[in-house]
Amino acid sequence: MSVSTVQAEVKVETPFQRLRAEFFESRIAATAFVVFTVIVLLAVLAPWITPQNPYDLAQVDVLDGRLPPGSEAFAGYTMWLGSDGAGRDLYSAILYGLRISISVGLASGVIALAIGMAIGLIAAYVGGRTEAVIMRVVDLQLSFPASLVALMLVAALGKGVDKIILALVVAQWAYYARTVRATALVERRKEYVEAAQCLGLSRMRIVFRHILPNCLAPLIVVGTVQTAHAVSLEATLSFLGVGLPQTEPSLGVLIANGFEYMLSGRYWISVFPGIALLLTVASINLVGDQLRDVLNPRLKK
Amino acid sequence: MTVFVIRRLLQAFFVVFLMSVIVFFGVNIVGDPVYMLVSPDADQADIEAAIRRLGLDRPIWDQYVLFLKGAAQGNLGDSFIFGEPALKLILHHMPATLELAFSALVLAIVLGIPLGLYSGLYPDHMVSKGIMAGSILGFSLPTFWVGLMLILVFAVELGWLPSTGRGDTASVFGIETSLATWDGLSHIFLPALNLALLKISLAIRLTRAGVREAMGQDYVKYARAKGISTKRIIFVHVMKNIMIPVVTVMGLEFGSLIGFSVVTETIFAWPGMGKLLIDAILQLDRPVVVAYLMIMVLFFVLINLVVDILYSILDPRVRLQDQGA
Repeated sequence: MSVSTVQAEVKVETPFQRLRAEFFESRIAATAFVVFTVIVLLAVLAPWITPQNPYDLAQVDVLDGRLPPGSEAFAGYTMWLGSDGAGRDLYSAILYGLRISISVGLASGVIALAIGMAIGLIAAYVGGRTEAVIMRVVDLQLSFPASLVALMLVAALGKGVDKIILALVVAQWAYYARTVRATALVERRKEYVEAAQCLGLSRMRIVFRHILPNCLAPLIVVGTVQTAHAVSLEATLSFLGVGLPQTEPSLGVLIANGFEYMLSGRYWISVFPGIALLLTVASINLVGDQLRDVLNPRLKK
Repeated sequence: MTVFVIRRLLQAFFVVFLMSVIVFFGVNIVGDPVYMLVSPDADQADIEAAIRRLGLDRPIWDQYVLFLKGAAQGNLGDSFIFGEPALKLILHHMPATLELAFSALVLAIVLGIPLGLYSGLYPDHMVSKGIMAGSILGFSLPTFWVGLMLILVFAVELGWLPSTGRGDTASVFGIETSLATWDGLSHIFLPALNLALLKISLAIRLTRAGVREAMGQDYVKYARAKGISTKRIIFVHVMKNIMIPVVTVMGLEFGSLIGFSVVTETIFAWPGMGKLLIDAILQLDRPVVVAYLMIMVLFFVLINLVVDILYSILDPRVRLQDQGA
């Protein structure tokens, strides 16, 4: 038996493969992941898999308005989820709405992550007065509920995709900054940072190439949870009529439009977009929960 | 201690000032309320008269200084729509919101703590797993959608409870409240439940974690060894220890309940200040929006100030750390 044959039998596993295997150990998380993937696919493929572009006025017939699920549209196809007040096929409208909801959630999540990450890293690495000031601001912001901050901002700024994203970013960056700083503080005391400093690497390089990759695990977890929150918050604001305008019909806008019909028993206009929203938010949350368990070494058995 | 309090007070003033700048300029740069308020067939002279009446012809800096002067005297401007002082309008709507938030808090405590206690005592029981799954749902379901479903099920389909408004109110100690009449109670139940949902989940989780931790502690083992009944151990010894953090957190959540009530009030047409805010935003009634936002800022800054000071009394480390920084 030579050493080389023994080595050949050892299964080589990259960290990514290990994380993937651990992630899919939980059946709930695996289901949530599949559901989320399907939702994203549906959203991306919407123009090719829906019978109607709900915002092309030529394709919408007002005579099809408020039809219950399973009715046949004037154009001949079946509207499995019914239609809304303006005669749009709800299945099509929901897929198009998902596109908007998910892109707004992702955009605000990524921007907030980038800003929060940079600020948190600076606070942790520079320290001193800069850190004290930054963390004071973070604490201050976190003492207001994120939903209230976002609501205040849209109240002050008005409607629109850009304004909503801005409001969500401002409401959420502090969560990222706090997470990154806490992790980076631990990391910068480790030996590899000292080693890098001894090698004379620049500050920027140490922070972004060495410390940052080691802070990614908690960032990913916070990122998923905050993105789910952003999707939900955007829907809430749009439902209240202070979020996205009618021309950018996210799920929240669809639900708001159905609200007036609900009291007369036409439940489907609000309920189906609501279920789509629910599945999206819950699946991202469940994936985030499992990621937290997988990425946190302290919780390992 | 005095230094700490003064520092925090200065900080609080600074925050309020900063927020007043952000809020005022943010609100005033958007939209043009004149066109909302003047009838479409008004001529140029009417429009100009309206602008002068509302003070919109002055430079925005002047408007801000006027606003600050007024705010210092408790006058945040008159509502464009109602013609009444904005502050008075908000204070007039405040009792309904406070009543709703208070009812939600009571519901959260009354429902959340027993459920959390049960699932903490029997963590492997099926019922406990159901409770925990429910609390996860409570966290991830958007509040407004749950509100819609509550209306759909209890008001539209079953017809048990009314879906909008405040119902009959009665006067108790000079305050109009829905809690004093049956009709009012039936009106407040659904919105309060809707608003409480997130906090019920929170109370369940806090209580459960507390109970599970406490049950392994030495004092519980000691009480058992002394032969004290399980009932007494749980309700006297364990509860006493876990109630303090649970009640503290729930109390702190009162502020966020008032913030969240915007959503619930809009769905259930509850005539509180949250609904007033949404209506004001939609009608571009800027003084009311500004006044609401300023009141909320003031409210939260005050809560935080009180909490900070209380903590620094209870835990001197907080104070020392702050002075070191």
